[in-house]
Amino acid sequence: MSLALTSPRGRGLRITANLVLALIGVAFLLPMVWLLLASFDRSATLSVGLPSEWTLENFTAVMTWDLAFRPLLNSLILAGGCAVITVVVSVLAAYPLSRYRLRINPPFLYGVLFGTCLPITAMMVPVYMLFVWFDLIDSIAGTVLFLAATSLPMAIWMTKNFMDSVPISLEEAAWVDGASMMTTLVRVVMPLMRSGIGVVFIFVFMQAWGNFFVPFVLLLSPDRQPAAVSIFSFFGQYGAVAYGQLAAFSLLYSLPVLALYVLVTRLSGGSFALAGAVKG
Amino acid sequence: MADSSSETALVVGVDPRRRRGGPLPRGGTARRDAVRALPLLPAVVLLAVFLLGPVVSSFYGAFTNASLRGAAARSTEFVGLRNYVDLFSDPDFPKSVLLTLVFLIGSAILGQNVLGMVLAVAMRSSARPVRGIVSTIVVGAWVLPEIVASFAAYAFFAQDGTLNALLGLVGVEGPSWLYDAPMMSVILANVWRGTAFSMLVYSAALSDVPPEITESAEVDGARGWQRFAYITVPMIRRSISTNLMLTTLQTLSVFTLVYVMTGGGPGTDSSTLPVLAYQEAFRFSELGLGTAIATILLVVGGVFSVVYIRALRPEAD
Repeated sequence: MSLALTSPRGRGLRITANLVLALIGVAFLLPMVWLLLASFDRSATLSVGLPSEWTLENFTAVMTWDLAFRPLLNSLILAGGCAVITVVVSVLAAYPLSRYRLRINPPFLYGVLFGTCLPITAMMVPVYMLFVWFDLIDSIAGTVLFLAATSLPMAIWMTKNFMDSVPISLEEAAWVDGASMMTTLVRVVMPLMRSGIGVVFIFVFMQAWGNFFVPFVLLLSPDRQPAAVSIFSFFGQYGAVAYGQLAAFSLLYSLPVLALYVLVTRLSGGSFALAGAVKG
Repeated sequence: MADSSSETALVVGVDPRRRRGGPLPRGGTARRDAVRALPLLPAVVLLAVFLLGPVVSSFYGAFTNASLRGAAARSTEFVGLRNYVDLFSDPDFPKSVLLTLVFLIGSAILGQNVLGMVLAVAMRSSARPVRGIVSTIVVGAWVLPEIVASFAAYAFFAQDGTLNALLGLVGVEGPSWLYDAPMMSVILANVWRGTAFSMLVYSAALSDVPPEITESAEVDGARGWQRFAYITVPMIRRSISTNLMLTTLQTLSVFTLVYVMTGGGPGTDSSTLPVLAYQEAFRFSELGLGTAIATILLVVGGVFSVVYIRALRPEAD
C-alpha cells in the first residue's frame, strides 16, 4: 500500500477513492439533512431545502406533555427498565458461564447464540397471542420483560466476553479469604468490568429506545405508548401538513440515541464496538 | 479484529482457567454444580417464557383458527393443516415469498455487502478527513432509530420528496417512487440504513490483512483488482460469509422500514413476509394465518442460524 501511494497510479487511486467516498457520503447525507432542515423550517415540505424562514416554532409546538414529554417518558421507562433487567440478569448469567465449567454451559451458550439469530419481527404474532393468554396486552411491565428477553441473548454474549477478559487470579485470592460467589462477583469482578457493563447497558438501552414494532403491537392505549409509536400516530394524523413538527419531534427523539452512541464509542474505544457486539 | 473477537467469543464451554494454563477444577458434586448454575436461573426463566414460549406456541397456534374477532376468538379450534393449505393456495403468499427474496438479495446480499466493501476499500486509500466524515454519515444512518430513519427515507422517495426535486434540477420528472417502484425504494432505503454494519465489518477485516502480502503480490506484477480478487478476498472470506449471514438475518426481520414507507403496498406489491404476517394477523384478524407465516419465517431464520453457528464453530477452522 505504501508503495502504491507514492506512485503516479497511486495518486489516481487516491483521487478516485476520495471521489467515490464523497459521492456516497452526499447520497447518504441527503435524507438526514432533510430531518434537520425541515425541523427549523416554518413551511417544511418533504423535499430537502434551506428553510425560507428559520424558526423554532416546530420544536415549541411539539413540546407539550401529550405530544412529546409523556411519550419520551414512556420510552425512558421502557428502555431503562429493559436495560436494567437485561444487565442484572446477564451479569448473573455470565458468571457461571465465564468462571465454571458446568455441564449446562455449552447447551446454554448454543441456545443463546441461536436466540441472537431469531427474527424478532416474525415472533410478534405468537407473542401477541401469548400476551392475550397471560392478560399482558397493554401492560408496560409485560412489554419491558419481553424487550429484556429479546435483548438477553446478545447481552449475555457480550457480558461473558467482557468477563472472560477479567483475570481470574484476583477472585482466587478472594475465594481463599472465604468470599462467596456473589460477593466476589459484586466486589471484585463487576468493578473491573465497569466499562464493559456500561457498553452493554447503552447497547440494550439504544435498541429498546429505538424499537417500534414491539410496543406498536403490545401497547394499545396512547398514554402508555413510547415516542416511537406516538411519532407514528402523529404522522398518520397530521403527516400531510406538519412535516416540520414531525421532523422536530423525530430529532428530539433521536438525540439521546446519538449521544449514547458517541458515549459508547468513547467507552469502548472505536466505532466498531457495536458491530463487534452485534457479531457476537 | 473482527475475526479474532468472534473466534474467542465462540470458544464455547472452555474453562478460563484452562485457557490460562491453570489447573482444571476437579469434577465437582452435582449439588455444588447446581449451586454454581443458580445465577443462570433468571436468564433461563426469561428466555423460556418470552422467547421459547412464543416460538413453541406459534407452532401450535398455526394449527388453530385463532382470531381476534368473531366466534373463533372465543373458542379456538384445532384446524390441522388448514392454515398452511390456505396460505399456499393464496396467491399473496408466494408473491410475498418472492418479494422477500428480492428484498434479501437486493438490499442485503448485493446492496449492503457490495457497498460496504466498496466503502471499506475506498477508505483505505482516501484522505483522512474524507474518511472520517463519510464514515460518520454512513454510521449515522445506522444509529438513527428505525422509525426516524423510515420517515427520512419516506420523505426522500415521496412524490414531492428530495429525489424528485434533484431529478427536477436536471429536467427529469421523476415518478411516484413509493407507488410505481415500491420494492426498489425500500431496497435502496434498507441499503442506506444497513450498509454501515458491513462497512465496519469489512474495514476491520481489511485492516487485519498483513500489508506485506499485498505488497509482495504487487512486486510480482499483480494489478489492483487482481490483488483484491485473488489475495484480499480469499484472506477475508470468513468475514464475508459471516457478514452475508448476519445482514441476511437482519434484513429478513425488517418490518418498520417497509411498513412506514409503503405499508406493504400498493396492494401487496411490497408486502414482504413480516409485513404480510402483521397484516393477516392484525388487519384481517387472521391470527392463525399470521402465525403460520411467522412459523415459516422462524424456520428460515432457524436454518440460517444453524448454518451460521456451524460455520463459526472453532473446530471448523
